[in-house]
Amino acid sequence: MSEALLDIAGLRVTFAGGTAAVRGTAIAVNRGETHCLVGESGCGKSVSALAVMNLLARGASRSADRLRFAGEDLLSLSDTGMARLRGNRMAMIFQEPMTSLNPAYTVGSQMTEVHRRHKGSSRQVATDRAAEMLARVGITAPGMRLGQFPHQLSGGLRQRVMIAMALMCDPELLIADEPTTALDVTVQAQILRLLAGLQRDLGLAVLLITHDLGIVARVADRVSVMYAGEVVESARTNDLFARPQHPYTRGLLDCVPVPGKIRPGEPLGSIPGVVPRVRAGFQGCGFRDRCAFAMPECAAEVPRHAAGEAHDYLCRLAADWSGLRGAA
Amino acid sequence: MLRFLIRRLIVALLVAATVLTLAFALTRLSGDLAISIAGPNATQQDVELVRKAYGLDRPLIVQFGSWVGRAAVGDFGESYFFKQRVASLIGERMPITVTLGLVGLAIALAISLPLGVLAAAQEGRLADRIVQGITLIGQAMPSFWLGLILMILFGIRLGWLPVSGTGSWQHFVMPGIVLAFTAVPALTRLTRSGMIQALSSDYIRTARAKGLSRLSILLKHALRNAAIPVVAIAAVQLGFMLGGSIVIESVFALHGVGFLAWESIGKNDFPVVQAVVLVLAVIYVGLTLAADLVNAVLDPRLRGQ
Ligand SMILES: Nc1ncnc2c1ncn2[C@@H]1O[C@H](COP(=O)(O)OP(=O)(O)OP(=O)(O)O)[C@@H](O)[C@H]1O
Ligand code: SF4
Ligand SMILES: [Mg+2]
Repeated sequence: MSEALLDIAGLRVTFAGGTAAVRGTAIAVNRGETHCLVGESGCGKSVSALAVMNLLARGASRSADRLRFAGEDLLSLSDTGMARLRGNRMAMIFQEPMTSLNPAYTVGSQMTEVHRRHKGSSRQVATDRAAEMLARVGITAPGMRLGQFPHQLSGGLRQRVMIAMALMCDPELLIADEPTTALDVTVQAQILRLLAGLQRDLGLAVLLITHDLGIVARVADRVSVMYAGEVVESARTNDLFARPQHPYTRGLLDCVPVPGKIRPGEPLGSIPGVVPRVRAGFQGCGFRDRCAFAMPECAAEVPRHAAGEAHDYLCRLAADWSGLRGAA
Repeated sequence: MLRFLIRRLIVALLVAATVLTLAFALTRLSGDLAISIAGPNATQQDVELVRKAYGLDRPLIVQFGSWVGRAAVGDFGESYFFKQRVASLIGERMPITVTLGLVGLAIALAISLPLGVLAAAQEGRLADRIVQGITLIGQAMPSFWLGLILMILFGIRLGWLPVSGTGSWQHFVMPGIVLAFTAVPALTRLTRSGMIQALSSDYIRTARAKGLSRLSILLKHALRNAAIPVVAIAAVQLGFMLGGSIVIESVFALHGVGFLAWESIGKNDFPVVQAVVLVLAVIYVGLTLAADLVNAVLDPRLRGQ
């Protein structure tokens, strides 16, 4: 298998207060694939994505065993080297379409500046490209929209503008952090269809962060499940729905047992308890407070098991411990 | 937007009316004007003549009405002391005060904006602490004292700048710096807090995600939003500066409107005092209105309404 486009291993992020938000995350996003990152609120999905883009707030410290994009080592890249990749070869869109655009500048000004910066294009070329991209994301009358300010657009339109802006420079990777969560249900479906279509047509690799298992079932090639700062299970989508291994994954899926019948908007499974806030120096399985199978050994370091091709999980239990499934 | 401006205009007119009344009332409260105009050697008869001649024997409300009526068309009467039309007196002095105010504001912005941006970009680090220290010291320093220090250093010791008078642009440098210092602490702090708020906003995260340069993020994306409240306060500060020029104009013997007011108060020259107070107040109100307009230009969300 060729090298993944985005290859993350042992990613750690600790905040100044001592919160270990990400603890050794490993994710591999292949070219042209949609990789979903799921997990409950606060498990470290956004922080992982921001760490990849090197967009963490000051006071956060990042380290990794491996952080490579298109064969390039992001860890050894300077700030300017990283800035040259961002918005150019790797782009990101966010959960908050209402506040993610600068209120003081027009849509056109914000869209063209990214193309001019990375491609060195003239104003005219950049403007043409911006109009083309607005049309591409399904915005009618792009010429008129280019002259408008963000406050003149609805939330759905703003998220379309964000997507168009992210794709201005034809990136290889798009990181989308819950791009539909803040939108109306009908608009959510439109934006999701749009993203899936663009991914297919442009051969984009997408790292899609979501709460929504319905979305995962519809668009993901691969899924990584995060819990308390770790990826506890990663597999091809069909495989994960058919043979979930980690007790947390099983808990999530228990509410939605039949893979083909998941509807969009379905929340993650309800497992009693909440995600613990993990401090630096925490040892053992982060899920053990809520796990029905917890045993004393779970407080020590947990092994990563393989459960078939390209499917692994982080748990004491041996693969296909299905005899226990009913107890979950 | 239009409704917003009309509302502001009404408020401005109310302020102007209040100032008008106060200016009138203050001069009438400070003793019998007829006596002070007639002079120390006047007889009771002279005083009565003066009272009649200046219309001071009429009821107060009538005096007020006629004064307002004439003030509205720019006729402030004649100065008792200078024996000259008040309007032309103020007209002669105003350019000096306005020049001083603009020089002061320009210097204040030239210092505050870079300091505020620097402090915000380096929040919590050494540069930020130093800037915050400067604003604290600046606030504690009385302006006449700073004026004297500058005079001694640059005027007398080094001989680089003239100490008093209005002959050339160099005359405005020291008073401009002193005047600027009254506004620097507030403007710097406002720039810093505005920048810190802007830098932590989602659109700055977007700008960084677009790979823009640090300079473009700071000066294009953050400063443009942080500048909106700074502009409003800068206009208000210019109003304060024009008022505060009374002290500085007397320290540096600049013969502007502030100096005129100072002279006239001492001489009980009430048409001049009233007119200066009124003119400064109208300018102040005009400046706050202008600030609203500039705000509207800078903030597209206001413009659209
Ligand atoms: N700037 C910060 N300073 C301190 N702690 C932070 C900061 N940002 C995030 N955290 C903490 O890091 C942890 C992970 O947060 P993160 O935003 O990645 O969660 P998430 O999985 O994206 O959740 P959600 O689904 O709600 O977006 C949380 O416990 C959060 O409180
Ligand atoms: S390691 Fe132990 S506590 Fe953690 S999920 Fe597996 S069985 Fe449960
Ligand atoms: Mg998040």
